[in-house]
Amino acid sequence: MALLDVSGVGKTFGALRALDGVNLQVQQGSFHGLIGPNGSGKSTLLKAIAGAHFASSGSITFAGRNITTAPPHERARHGMSLKFQITAVLPELSVYDNVLLALQAGQAVWSLARSATRRAAHPDVMRSLERFRLAGRADDLAGELSHGEQQWLEIAMALARAPKLLLLDEPTAGMSPQERRATGELLAPIRQSCALLIVEHDLDFIKDICDTLTVLDQGQVVASGPTQQVQDDERVREAYLG
Amino acid sequence: MSGVVMAGVAGPGRPRRLLPVVEIVVLVAMVAAPFVLSGRPELVTLATNILILSILAISFELCWGYSGIMTFGQALFFGVPAYVIALVGRDLEFSHIWGTLPLAMAVGLLLSSLFAAFLLLGRKTPTPIFIALGTLTGSYAAERLVSGWQYVGAGNGLSSIKLLQAGEYEFVEGTAFFFLAFGCLAAVYIGCRFLTRSQFGLVLAGIRQNEERLAFFGYRVQLYKAIVFSLAGMIAGLAGALYSYHQGFIGPGNMGPGLSTMAVIYCLFGGAGTLIGPVIGTTAIEALSYVLADIDLVKRFWPVILGLVLLLVVAFQPSGLLGLVVSARERIGSYRWRPRGGNPTGG
Ligand SMILES: Nc1ncnc2c1ncn2[C@@H]1O[C@H](COP(=O)(O)OP(=O)(O)O)[C@@H](O)[C@H]1O
Ligand SMILES: [Mg+2]
Repeated sequence: MALLDVSGVGKTFGALRALDGVNLQVQQGSFHGLIGPNGSGKSTLLKAIAGAHFASSGSITFAGRNITTAPPHERARHGMSLKFQITAVLPELSVYDNVLLALQAGQAVWSLARSATRRAAHPDVMRSLERFRLAGRADDLAGELSHGEQQWLEIAMALARAPKLLLLDEPTAGMSPQERRATGELLAPIRQSCALLIVEHDLDFIKDICDTLTVLDQGQVVASGPTQQVQDDERVREAYLG
Repeated sequence: MSGVVMAGVAGPGRPRRLLPVVEIVVLVAMVAAPFVLSGRPELVTLATNILILSILAISFELCWGYSGIMTFGQALFFGVPAYVIALVGRDLEFSHIWGTLPLAMAVGLLLSSLFAAFLLLGRKTPTPIFIALGTLTGSYAAERLVSGWQYVGAGNGLSSIKLLQAGEYEFVEGTAFFFLAFGCLAAVYIGCRFLTRSQFGLVLAGIRQNEERLAFFGYRVQLYKAIVFSLAGMIAGLAGALYSYHQGFIGPGNMGPGLSTMAVIYCLFGGAGTLIGPVIGTTAIEALSYVLADIDLVKRFWPVILGLVLLLVVAFQPSGLLGLVVSARERIGSYRWRPRGGNPTGG
């Protein structure tokens, strides 16, 4: 069974049909790319999966649970994690505290009030910062990081609790080519533990890391399958790849 | 790991830590106050009042400064427990410190939990306006209700409240009561300081900055807010009990929007986002009010003056008096574990 199963999902904003009968499956350990022109509904779909808003129709199943209308914190507890299109690190907290905050999210309130895991979490926070090349900036405010570094911090935070599925909306937007390459390198090793659903404009980046592609256009899936096959699809070339 | 080596060292660009200095200055001033003022009993009474109202201000600060809950009804959780212990004194002739202070806290906690459940834990995420109006309405309704209820003294309130007792000892106004209030304030302060600097406090800091983002990490944001709101109600209850024992009087105004607004003013004037700010704000406002009360014009327009002061603070110095000396960075503080000393820095 697929880790994530989006079935017949629609989303309307007033008269606008942003999503229309979308079917999409993400398999365990798969890197799944979601592409399509601007305004085709990619972010809207990611938000429906994450719970930022609810689908108007259809259903979403994650790790065997129907989560169509579950609140975001429940989805997170079942192993879903995300980075939205707009960067949302907590700018007035240190880089270290941002990661700690993400890492300790599963703890009971009482254990947090006693700071029961502060010490035990320390090596994990530092390891995560080192992995994302931020260890030297642990005590700086997150708001002082460069745009690229903030994106990495967000990915570090999203991965802090070893999620089963990571949703990324345009993680390399605004990055230099070097930063993009670094981002690809940073994401590659998570494949063993975590599936990825990623929206990205940079097609070379997507082709490099994704094994599966889904193409959206005007809220509908126009093609879906192994990356190579979708790339060769006539309709996709017409609609999107040009 | 250079980050660890650097930890705690006040290197270049690292903000100096002024908050502990301010805390120690305030502490010393408090302990010295009754001795310095010993010739002027009315000033000891004023100082005691300030300590008690500081506890109320801290309870508001937990809600607003730490959790972003704008409550305009904090006096409700101050006044209702105060009435309860006044009635317990009158009708049951009981006023033992180990019974009534915890009772007042329990009443405050219960009442604020009910409000928290209603205002914060509904199906939909509440808007700040909903919470502000909900708490304001509660406070206003309670004041009106009590004003018309003969059993609790109606508009006259309850006076000649039975003195607070510890064994055979009775607390009257003066140095002993001052130190009782001081002890309560210190306990509340230390407890709140511990909580706000814990990992729980980190969650609150995150909630203040981006509530929605925290939900996606897996936090039940509204539950955290409800817990803080309930604790704040418990603390306000303690302040209310001390207040009524100290004044020997409690009236409908002590649970209404008037006192609720004073809590807002104390906190914003002193500096939201720290625990010492509200204490400083309460002291400044109450001391000013005492000094200026002799001037007739000032006395008549005091509420207007307070309103203007609040407006000026919000417009030009949103971080309050304390913001003049303590940086935002230090107010928010750091929550990382430190290898040596083990204490987190900042506040
Ligand atoms: N909250 C909203 N309210 C109204 N319309 C929206 C909202 N969010 C997205 N849309 C519309 O839905 C369509 C899909 O948007 P989006 O999912 O952001 O596209 P993209 O594929 O570029 O991420 C667009 O026409 C957008 O204007
Ligand atoms: Mg988008």
